Amino acid sequence: MISANLSAVFYLISGILFILALRGLSSPDTSRQGNYFGIAGMIIAIVVTFLSVGSFSTSLVYVIIFLIIGGAIGAFIAFKIPMTAMPELVAGFHSLVGLAAVFVAIAAYLNPESFNLGTIGSIKLASLIEMSIGASVGAITFSGSIIAFLKLRGIMSGSPIIFSGQHFLNLILGVAIFVSIFYLCKTQSDSIFWTVIAISFLVGVLLIIPIGGADMPVVISMLNSYSGWAAAGIGFTLENTALIITGALVGSSGAILSYIMCKAMNRSFVSVILGGFGADNSSDKTKEKKDQKPVKSGNAEDAAFLMKNASSVIIVPGYGMAVAQAQHALREMVDKLKKNDIKVTYAIHPVAGRMPGHMNVLLAEANVPYDEVFELEDINNDFANSDVAFVIGANDVTNPAAKTDPKSPIFGMPVLDVEKCKSVLFVKRSLSPGYAGVDNELFYKDNTLMLFADAKKMTEDIVKNLD
Amino acid sequence: MEIDPFIFRLSIFILSIFIGYYVVWSVTPSLHTPLMSVTNAISSVIIVGAIIASLAGSSENVFSASSTFGFIAIILAAINIFGGFLVTQRMLQMYKKKKGKK
Repeated sequence: MISANLSAVFYLISGILFILALRGLSSPDTSRQGNYFGIAGMIIAIVVTFLSVGSFSTSLVYVIIFLIIGGAIGAFIAFKIPMTAMPELVAGFHSLVGLAAVFVAIAAYLNPESFNLGTIGSIKLASLIEMSIGASVGAITFSGSIIAFLKLRGIMSGSPIIFSGQHFLNLILGVAIFVSIFYLCKTQSDSIFWTVIAISFLVGVLLIIPIGGADMPVVISMLNSYSGWAAAGIGFTLENTALIITGALVGSSGAILSYIMCKAMNRSFVSVILGGFGADNSSDKTKEKKDQKPVKSGNAEDAAFLMKNASSVIIVPGYGMAVAQAQHALREMVDKLKKNDIKVTYAIHPVAGRMPGHMNVLLAEANVPYDEVFELEDINNDFANSDVAFVIGANDVTNPAAKTDPKSPIFGMPVLDVEKCKSVLFVKRSLSPGYAGVDNELFYKDNTLMLFADAKKMTEDIVKNLD
Repeated sequence: MEIDPFIFRLSIFILSIFIGYYVVWSVTPSLHTPLMSVTNAISSVIIVGAIIASLAGSSENVFSASSTFGFIAIILAAINIFGGFLVTQRMLQMYKKKKGKK
């Protein structure tokens, strides 16, 4: 058994290692090393915990068994999961962190002696507040992530679920949580503790159901942040520095990502949380307009011809590429183009896909070197000097209406200036609007050629025609 | 008057938020997905609480109410730790610079 001071030092070290793990992600070259720091930090934290408890009864055997079971499940998932399913996976993992936080809080509540928090019925006030906040945030994270998971997985419709008085109800439940915690501190009554957790589960569900599919990058980042705050709450309860540091890191990480995603959509965080975006934008007016405007459509042969005669091509991938699993075919196409000395780059909008950085991972999976992939602000000026923009599975992020039409719901959102290219190839299954429910003006421009097909099939056909 | 240890923990917490703020802003956007999966993995350090709860059970009563919740939390957190770090590793492996090919 090691002293409390010594173990605190080790927890601090593991906290520092976690900071270094995030720091490593500032560049792909240092990122792998960063991940090893993270793993080292975790091993230190776990080993020190065993040593500091010190009593190795039969419980230890079970702890190790359960550790191995969980680890095996986790490892299995990590190796099996296709890269296109990363958003669901991350949402699922968030829910587990949330639930673990709830369970640890419950365990501490039921057996406060083992955590030095007082005795049953007279738990220290500060600890009681900390553990109920940790449990509450954990429960919100859990149920919210489950809803996000179901929406991303397509088990639940991605369209927002809205009913009247929704925000008022959330407000009441939020207040109810605080009032219950207040009474919990006064009475130390079990039933109030359970009530807090139950209400929090409900709040998590209610918070996420009104948020539509297009806002999923914000939701995932936000839940990431919540899982951090839940961990920090538990960290205060357990008086554990590693947990407090980690919670703060994860909490601010998720908050920053949410901010970046909101900014990329030109939406305020509040309006995302209130939800309902993309629910009722399909007004009849835009539909009428669509019927009148002519659209040029082409086939794989036309597309191959255009690209062969280009000297520079910019690829704009979006969620549709992920759905169709077209990234490998795309890479093949690009290889062919490069053989003909055509310069190819990739332009990625921050909210392309269903989570931050989703497209980058898919391209990396298809062996696209990361120095050919550019972010919005780095490449946007290049469209004017390029011959062909190949839009595959992206939609709203290319809509020029965001710049020109103040009435458009996406007005003000930074978009890729695809229309400035000499010609635009737009791979899409139909003319239907994107997740934002907005018609894309780009479809009707003179220099746009629509390629109506599944993204993967079309790309493969183009590859054949490039020979 | 002595300072309550809570204040020290609060100080650590707030300073860590600042560290997190600056460190995360320096993360390159192309690595935002690995960032999420690795933050996921490290927030599962909550497993320390689960281990303490689980080991608190006596030899006669390994599965008390409290330690049972601890055991379940161990499984959940372990899934996250292994899953999170391994999937991050898998992703980062793909970000290697491709040599020889152009």
